Amino acid sequence: MTKFITSGIILLPLAITLVAPFFIWLFRKNINLRETVSFVAATSTFVSVLSLVPKVLSGHIYLYHLFTLLPGITVKFCVDGLSLIFAVVASFLWIFATSYNIGYMRSLKEHAQTRYYFCFAVAIFGAIGVAFSANIFTLYLFYEIITIFTYPLVAHHQDEDAYTGARKYIVYLMGTSKLFLLPAMIMTYVLAGTLDFHLGDMVHGIFPATADPMWVTVTYILFIAGLAKAAIMPLHNWLPSAMVAPTPVSALLHAVAVVKAGVFSISRVILSGFGIQTMNALNLGIPTAYVAAFTIVAASLIALTKDDLKARLAYSTVSQLSYIIIGVTMLTPMAVTGGLAHIAHHAFSKITLFFAAGAIYVATHLKKISLMSGLGKKMPWTFGAFAIASLSMIGVPPVCGFVSKWYLVNGAVDINRVILLTALLLSTALNAGYFGPIVYKAFFEQPRPEVNITEFKEAPLTMVVPLTITAMISVLLGLYPEPFLQFIRIMMK
Amino acid sequence: MNSTWPVLTSLIAFPLVGVLILVFVQKEKWVRILTLIFGIIEIILALPLLKFKLGSSAFQFQEFHPWITQWHINYSLGIDGISYLMVLLTIILLPLCVLCSWTYIGQRIKEFHICLLLMTSACIGVFVALDFVLFYIFWEAMLVPMFLLIAIWGGPERKYASIKFFIYTLAGSTLLLVAMIAFYKQAGTFSIPDLIAADFSFRFQFWAFLAMAIAFAIKVPMFPFHTWLPAAHVQAPTAGSVLLASVLLKMGTYGFLRFCLSLTPAASVYFAPMMIAISIASIIYGGLVALGQKDMKKLIAYSSVAHMGFVTLGIFIFNLRGAEGALMQMLNHGITTGGLFMLVGAIYERSHSRDISANQGLSKFLPAYLFFFGLFSLSSLAFPGTNSFVGEALVLIGTFNKNMVMGLLAIPGALLAAAYMLRLLQKLAWGEPSAAGAQEWKDLNLREWIYLLPLAILVIYLGLAPGLALKTMDASLIQILNYVTK
Repeated sequence: MTKFITSGIILLPLAITLVAPFFIWLFRKNINLRETVSFVAATSTFVSVLSLVPKVLSGHIYLYHLFTLLPGITVKFCVDGLSLIFAVVASFLWIFATSYNIGYMRSLKEHAQTRYYFCFAVAIFGAIGVAFSANIFTLYLFYEIITIFTYPLVAHHQDEDAYTGARKYIVYLMGTSKLFLLPAMIMTYVLAGTLDFHLGDMVHGIFPATADPMWVTVTYILFIAGLAKAAIMPLHNWLPSAMVAPTPVSALLHAVAVVKAGVFSISRVILSGFGIQTMNALNLGIPTAYVAAFTIVAASLIALTKDDLKARLAYSTVSQLSYIIIGVTMLTPMAVTGGLAHIAHHAFSKITLFFAAGAIYVATHLKKISLMSGLGKKMPWTFGAFAIASLSMIGVPPVCGFVSKWYLVNGAVDINRVILLTALLLSTALNAGYFGPIVYKAFFEQPRPEVNITEFKEAPLTMVVPLTITAMISVLLGLYPEPFLQFIRIMMK
Repeated sequence: MNSTWPVLTSLIAFPLVGVLILVFVQKEKWVRILTLIFGIIEIILALPLLKFKLGSSAFQFQEFHPWITQWHINYSLGIDGISYLMVLLTIILLPLCVLCSWTYIGQRIKEFHICLLLMTSACIGVFVALDFVLFYIFWEAMLVPMFLLIAIWGGPERKYASIKFFIYTLAGSTLLLVAMIAFYKQAGTFSIPDLIAADFSFRFQFWAFLAMAIAFAIKVPMFPFHTWLPAAHVQAPTAGSVLLASVLLKMGTYGFLRFCLSLTPAASVYFAPMMIAISIASIIYGGLVALGQKDMKKLIAYSSVAHMGFVTLGIFIFNLRGAEGALMQMLNHGITTGGLFMLVGAIYERSHSRDISANQGLSKFLPAYLFFFGLFSLSSLAFPGTNSFVGEALVLIGTFNKNMVMGLLAIPGALLAAAYMLRLLQKLAWGEPSAAGAQEWKDLNLREWIYLLPLAILVIYLGLAPGLALKTMDASLIQILNYVTK
């Protein structure tokens, strides 16, 4: 039996990430001090999240009730296994992203850095808030905070391209949340009388058996469409547009914090809001899995056609996010494990890829894959890490992507869904198809005549070290996936 | 103060005393300072109102004096959960209006402040009057100072705007007058509590509702009676816009609750589907038109049409959540839109233009200004955690509760609010600085901080802890809903 602990200690990571931006702003004149704030905040957030782990692993769930807006609508936080997967990943990678940020932003002499770090920290605040949400309202609140405060990051360059990309970003994310998520939340309140998640097991949801099945189904569809940060097709287009942002933003936010907030929210709503019982009774899971399967394959096909490295990575993200969705919506223990584990596994590998893309850009100002031939010799660490992370995306052992894929494939076999299985396997081939050539070009092809690579060398250490470490962690997680699997097991009990 | 102190009368009378004193003051600076002091004293005079009993639907702080006995007209005042918060809002706004006009108004300063005081007095009167005739007197009384505010201190097209405002509102009041007399002929009394208790035939209610509803719909304003509003807002000086948006519009929705639902419940039920349809049309129409505006004030004016659509929607779905949402939204719209108009006024003093294109790219020079603008914009688009979210969510919960499809129809309004407010905010914060001297503009000064901060605090407070506000209104709303659902 799950025990609930009411404790304000879970507010600590939120408090740190809430206060950090103001200190960043306060120290705007002294940039070293300002970056120190980011470091200290990231590290202490991570430590404070870690301090919650032991109790959760012993079967407890933290709860804390902060405000009551209306009866049944409260600002309330919880920490269970699922929360920790997302919170640990986001806060841990924030440390590396900060180091990387410094190298990237200073090398390129970017403008408005204080605003940049400020918004970056607020976005993490939003991500931790989403991870810790104990009800749909709190989730919605932090989800929207992420949307608003990542806008300045996407529009950072403040030129025509940035504005166009950022407009698309806000139109998709704010539009879907107003048009779909808001009514979904209100309909849940009307149908269930509460917005509080049912924590402790994944079987039961909050919708009473008497609720009209049609409206519950409509609510479900509105949730899936409203949480567009998960980038399920056809609501994925904002993600490639968001690539106009500086690369660290694409790395931490558009491979980890923002998009994972989307898939996390969908997982949370499905597992703790609807519950497997309702999902099965109304047959909602498998159709969603089919949409995810379509997204996996279609996004990979589009990725094949992109020559811009970040665009290719963006479509790869669209595709990989749907791994998580497909896992969660197959609703079997194996599949859900694979899906949720991929929240973490994809994060480590994809941030490595983006870090590498940014390092390549800082060192060479190259964006096009076709021009990157021969670069591997000049930047062995960067491309080595890139190669390892690519293997993870493809799902090759012993890198962590393989672990997720193993569980997902097992899940698909469990329920005898040939099409879902085919999509997963096809995606493996496609991933190899669009990551393989990059690595091959870099290491085994002669440099292109129009690119003079003699001057090129590795990017600053503040960038190369983080990406090497994240690549190594991807391998470690492949060899020993327990750190995140244990959180999922505690959810399954 | 003892228990027989006439709190409400003091609130109505004190601004008038202030007017008398101002007449004898010559120095312009002293006119401003004195009015500010009057505003603060008015707040102190309102402190006894904090003893308002929660959980009671009865009229409180009642005062009763016979006035014109042969017509059964009495001087009768009282407040309940519906008027309580509106009275408080009106009182808080007076000193803020003085402060936001400190440098904005440069001519006929004494007359301007007299108008402000008269407005305050009349507005409070409208909300606390318990006698139909008294209500009507205050209702008409506030027309004149508002007309003057627009006509004297307004923009270049003030003449057109002020006359349009006057004619529209007066046309509505005429119908109200007819309804009032009809009620007297039927029931032999002007007392609002007595009229609420009386029963009227459906046929009578039908016509009485129509007459009153048109008057109130003009005031709200509901589509298609809204055309006076953008003109009036754009031309009015800042304080005029603030009072217009924050208080005057609320009189329309207050009228719906106090008169239409209470006096003509059967007709309200009969007309409810139409009123709901018009409300949803207002929400969508206001949002769409706001989306296309180049003038900041016009944009906010049309957003008011949309926001007030949520209020009337909440009123006419006849459930507690909806009604709570409507009242909250009345209050919220007063706070948020009031704040936005003050901000437009503040930037107008720097750029001398209300065009969005003339006020772009402020984030680097005016961070504090943009902080407030961002906060009020987020509130205006019902961002969770701000006051408007509570109001909008309650209205939507009520609407979805009544009918899922109806609720879904109102949702695009929420989307449009995000679209036009974020577009405005984006241009203001990020656009290419268009004005040549923009770099020289000073950020908010202390005076501007002082008048914006109370509203900003209310935005957050009501957004996170609306419980107390809801408690003040619940009993009265349940009472009114009883009339229409029995």
